[in-house]
Amino acid sequence: MLRGDARGRVPDWGGGHSGRSGRRRRRPCCRGDAGLSICRGFQTEKDSLRSLTVSTMIHSLFLINSSGDIFLEKHWKSVVSRSVCDYFFEAQERATEAENVPPVIPTPHHYLLSVYRHKIFFVAVIQTEVPPLFVIEFLHRVVDTFQDYFGVCSEPVIKDNVVVVYEVLEEMLDNGFPLATESNILKELIKPPTILRTVVNTITGSTNVGDQLPTGQLSVVPWRRTGVKYTNNEAYFDVIEEIDAIIDKSGSTITAEIQGVIDACVKLTGMPDLTLSFMNPRLLDDVSFHPCVRFKRWESERILSFIPPDGNFRLLSYHVSAQNLVAIPVYVKHNISFRDSSSLGRFEITVGPKQTMGKTIEGVTVTSQMPRGVLNMSLTPSQGTHTFDPVTKMLSWDVGKINPQKLPSLKGTMSLQAGASKPDENPTINLQFKIQQLAISGLKVNRLDMYGEKYKPFKGIKYMTKAGKFQVRT
Amino acid sequence: MTDSKYFTTTKKGEIFELKAELNSDKKEKKKEAVKKVIASMTVGKDVSALFPDVVNCMQTDNLELKKLVYLYLMNYAKSQPDMAIMAVNTFVKDCEDPNPLIRALAVRTMGCIRVDKITEYLCEPLRKCLKDEDPYVRKTAAVCVAKLHDINAQLVEDQGFLDTLKDLISDSNPMVVANAVAALSEIAESHPSSNLLDLNPQSINKLLTALNECTEWGQIFILDCLANYTPKDDREAQSICERVTPRLSHANSAVVLSAVKVLMKFMEMLSKDLDYYGTLLKKLAPPLVTLLSAEPELQYVALRNINLIVQKRPEVLKHEMKVFFVKYNDPIYVKLEKLDIMIRLASQANIAQVLAELKEYATEVDVDFVRKAVRAIGRCAIKVEQSAERCVSTLLDLIQTKVNYVVQEAIVVIKDIFRKYPNKYESVIATLCENLDSLDEPEARAAMIWIVGEYAERIDNADELLESFLEGFHDESTQVQLQLLTAIVKLFLKKPTETQELVQQVLSLATQDSDNPDLRDRGYIYWRLLSTDPVAAKEVVLAEKPLISEETDLIEPTLLDELICYIGTLASVYHKPPSAFVEGGRGVVHKSLPPRTASSESTESPETAPAGAPPGEQLDAVPTQGDLLGDLLNLDLGPPVSGPPLAASAVQMGAVDLLGGGLDSLMGDEPEGIGAPSFVAPPAAAVPANLGAPMGSGLSDLFDLTSGVGTLSGSYVAPKAVWLPAMKAKGLEISGTFTRQAGTISMDLQLTNKALQVMTDFAIQFNRNSFGLAPAAPLQVHAPLSPTQTVEISLPLSTAGSVMKTEPLNSLQVAVKNNIDVFYFSTLYPLHILFVEDGKMDRQMFLATWKDIPNENEAQFQIRDCPLNAEAVSSRLQSSNIFTVARRNVEGQDMLYQSLKLTNGIWVLAELRIQPGNPSFTDLELSLKCRAPEVSQHVYQAYETILKN
Repeated sequence: MLRGDARGRVPDWGGGHSGRSGRRRRRPCCRGDAGLSICRGFQTEKDSLRSLTVSTMIHSLFLINSSGDIFLEKHWKSVVSRSVCDYFFEAQERATEAENVPPVIPTPHHYLLSVYRHKIFFVAVIQTEVPPLFVIEFLHRVVDTFQDYFGVCSEPVIKDNVVVVYEVLEEMLDNGFPLATESNILKELIKPPTILRTVVNTITGSTNVGDQLPTGQLSVVPWRRTGVKYTNNEAYFDVIEEIDAIIDKSGSTITAEIQGVIDACVKLTGMPDLTLSFMNPRLLDDVSFHPCVRFKRWESERILSFIPPDGNFRLLSYHVSAQNLVAIPVYVKHNISFRDSSSLGRFEITVGPKQTMGKTIEGVTVTSQMPRGVLNMSLTPSQGTHTFDPVTKMLSWDVGKINPQKLPSLKGTMSLQAGASKPDENPTINLQFKIQQLAISGLKVNRLDMYGEKYKPFKGIKYMTKAGKFQVRT
Repeated sequence: MTDSKYFTTTKKGEIFELKAELNSDKKEKKKEAVKKVIASMTVGKDVSALFPDVVNCMQTDNLELKKLVYLYLMNYAKSQPDMAIMAVNTFVKDCEDPNPLIRALAVRTMGCIRVDKITEYLCEPLRKCLKDEDPYVRKTAAVCVAKLHDINAQLVEDQGFLDTLKDLISDSNPMVVANAVAALSEIAESHPSSNLLDLNPQSINKLLTALNECTEWGQIFILDCLANYTPKDDREAQSICERVTPRLSHANSAVVLSAVKVLMKFMEMLSKDLDYYGTLLKKLAPPLVTLLSAEPELQYVALRNINLIVQKRPEVLKHEMKVFFVKYNDPIYVKLEKLDIMIRLASQANIAQVLAELKEYATEVDVDFVRKAVRAIGRCAIKVEQSAERCVSTLLDLIQTKVNYVVQEAIVVIKDIFRKYPNKYESVIATLCENLDSLDEPEARAAMIWIVGEYAERIDNADELLESFLEGFHDESTQVQLQLLTAIVKLFLKKPTETQELVQQVLSLATQDSDNPDLRDRGYIYWRLLSTDPVAAKEVVLAEKPLISEETDLIEPTLLDELICYIGTLASVYHKPPSAFVEGGRGVVHKSLPPRTASSESTESPETAPAGAPPGEQLDAVPTQGDLLGDLLNLDLGPPVSGPPLAASAVQMGAVDLLGGGLDSLMGDEPEGIGAPSFVAPPAAAVPANLGAPMGSGLSDLFDLTSGVGTLSGSYVAPKAVWLPAMKAKGLEISGTFTRQAGTISMDLQLTNKALQVMTDFAIQFNRNSFGLAPAAPLQVHAPLSPTQTVEISLPLSTAGSVMKTEPLNSLQVAVKNNIDVFYFSTLYPLHILFVEDGKMDRQMFLATWKDIPNENEAQFQIRDCPLNAEAVSSRLQSSNIFTVARRNVEGQDMLYQSLKLTNGIWVLAELRIQPGNPSFTDLELSLKCRAPEVSQHVYQAYETILKN
């Protein structure tokens, strides 16, 4: 146990120990410790004693909106009182922003693991030592599934489809063990709602629950059902790359890396066996594959060989790190100055193309969190529209396309709080953009072949580069 | 038309209305009603009153309706056990349904109903389902066994389900295998001793095959199970690693991390020279980096684990510093973790970059993060010496910003830098002093006061500065008060003339006006020191402080090893072994890395802290002693202290003097301290009369008296005991015992390397002790001691070392050095190793001596339960050099008169009374006479040890 951990000797310093007595360590252990002692006090309650020995991966799930209402709860074992969420609310209150709520929160009897997506907290309650990544991955999968089923994942949509949601959750997890998490298979078990089906169901009394065992579930290719039929056979692959970068004041790159994915939409009849090869497979040294990809062939021949799932899926994701010299497609020239004496500051930024391989940069938006001392901004853009929210101090500029002949710029003044000293922190500029028909890493698909079926499919490859977390410090 | 309509019937009589609908004849209406019930349930409304009505809907062909009713049942069966029985028939029937989906659903649901009466009915259907032809049903049934075990473990064992489950590990379907493994792991968790998951090369092979084919979740179960296996040799370890490595490319981060766990654990077994080892190291980095581009929650868990991995194997990520650079919109919990890892990876090669980043972070908005960034700069300075100067100037820049919390953090870390590099950066003190007024946090105030006290001679107005703090003495926190007290005493010792008044004032504040015992005690000690011997006070208070060590905040190596086995679990997130936070002692098994055979909790070495010995010479070795002197030196150090300064001296071996000069000089202050190092005390003088303190009876505890076979030829040898557990010595475990054979005393040592690095350069040294025991030769460890290796060494001892009476008499303080550090431990030696071979006195002499020794020196003891006759006793004792001088038979009792001589020439005479004829009376009576009566107790213990083994 942790006894004695919190009881530090005083004075508690003398050297190089910054972390020792620091917050990081105290937070989890004190909570845990206090928690354990509390629970000892409460062990008279028979049920809680009992529950100590229950071991389950995920015990319960609570869905909580950003105003702190629990709008859905699902228990895979005995019911855990929703009061357990009080610990979560406490943490939520402490965190300044929803994003900052810690993903693992200890309580006397349970651990709360949460993910925050679409402005909803998905809070899983667990009771024993389980791999937290397991739980968090699963929660993300739940969110993906909802999105897949209902198009969007939001509180009203979940409430509208509460019975389907419940059925899906039950199908995804049994006794805390994941059961069916492939959307292909789930959709065969529980059909997603469509307006037509709802109407038909109402009239005929039929159901949206499949009464056949999903065919793919136990085959060697659990991700694909049998008997798939299409009149038009098509396979599309999107190579999408996101650049994460930090650019310093002077414009040089501090870090840059590319997160790439190949998303596929495959609608092919029967059991097609595909191979996909690249012009420059050596770029891909850090890859994560969909389970359908045969790893051995990748190891030996550097080609992707797989029987695809039916429909949309992510074939692989990859990571090109800084060492491989990531090209930076845009630059930002900035001149932001706060003067000590005056209550006005100057603000000027210009965005221009850098290494774009001749492609156009589109969908550019610039956002920046201005310091608290900035009261308002009076700016003129050379193109696009801009807004400044004086409450959140968020500046955003929707630039649109960059025309290399006439670089977009945003100029003007900032009015600062009178008398206050010059802000300590400089705003960081966040950039969003898109470049069509370009994979910035240079990755190129060589060819796609199909075996196992006789027809000729229609094949398509699309490339796109986007900004991920692209930040320019000023 | 959406499900939200089910929420709208919130008017009065809702339950009543639902009841009517549930009992409707129309199927569609029934289904709608059940949906409404479920909808209410999901938002936490209590609809348990409808239980019988809902259960009535169970008998239906409509699968959706059936599922909904099942959902309801799972939720409420517990509160309505009697009603739930009504459902049993339907369940049993459904388990026979031709549709495997329904069979599986029924057995799955039944397992979720935690009602004892129902579980009885579950057994038969479950048995069938476990052998079902359809794998979907089998895999569902496997999980159901775990559920049932949770409700009624005995039942599961009685019904033989565990064996069936074990059989499923060999199932043809990988999903069934995965679920069986998952279920068995879960059951095994509540039965740590059971041998449920009996892993052998065959079953491992099956698991590895299933690993390639089952779902991602199944892979996690299998990998976690594999991690518990210990391969028999490095070849097996390598072949498992080879088959697990492809999992590093899985899209599911939990699979990746579980694979990392298996690899990190099995890598332990691979030789570092192996090519494969290097390949594996290279393969570990990319997946870990990739985890950092996942969602923030996943990043957090990954970072906590990377923190462990980096401590264990820094080489894995040493080139990946940049991926840990913080993005300004990372969630705070990710930022803080990244910062931690940045410092761990900081090295001379990348320090410039790291510092530039840290400086950038120190101007961010988030206070917690900024503080940690400032501290990080200090830690860099301490870690990378070359960067210290740059760090200090960065910190000064930050102080110039005048942002309050930045200034305070900076001062706290600058104090640490002073501790690491004394007398190097005092030029910055002036700048620090300028900010004195803005400090409002105790830690920063205390740090500042420490700096002022430490460098009092160079700060002209140190007295004024300290005086200004003194005004609000009682409002300060204890931390500041203690520091202020020490600082002023230091100031006084450095500038006695001007500060007498100040020191008086603080001493009286601390002792008379304070309720805090720590403060009061420290005040009194200073006061007494200053009033009795100012010179000594100076030596104590202004003593040179050990440097703080470079790497701070490291996890202790044995804990780290344990945590490596828990990569990917909650333990790895909290950096604590599960035993520290898993409730209710569910038999948590301590895991350890493969080569380590013993559990991490070996027996504590008997740490008898000699009361008379000067405290504090072993600050980190004997923490119980450290406090007092540590406080006086104001070394209230958490972090490890590098060993005491080494100085050459006394002992006749070429090795370094481990116990150090500081110790000797401190001992010099002791009034009883014995002067010349080469002084070998004459028999009588060795035991001055004033040392009649009661002897501890610790000796008998030290040896396991009931077990262990002593060799009867030669002196009795106690079994080896652990003297220095690995936990306390960075992985070096020392156990040993003492022997005496053919006139030579030796210390038989067993050194085990439980750390992960090779140990070399061993040396050993003893503190001065009562009988002048000292190593007669250097500690010879011929080859470097590689991890997991054990060597046995017999170290010959002489009794020509310097003598100092210890308490207890037979305690021995030992220092062992290796390439890692210096470690200290203390042990007790049995006195009989000191009994010399020529200890037989002749009869006349015996009688004369017996008479000569005054009667008050006679001590009586009883040796209980020793059913030996006089011959046996005599021969046994003789082999340990206790000689029988004469034997008499008085009134049926055997009287043995015995003599023995200690190495320092002390004679001990004994009279031993044995009653051979009386089997019910097996106690021996022992009278000892000796000119130095304090040895009697130990001689008695030696008797007892010899006779009872």
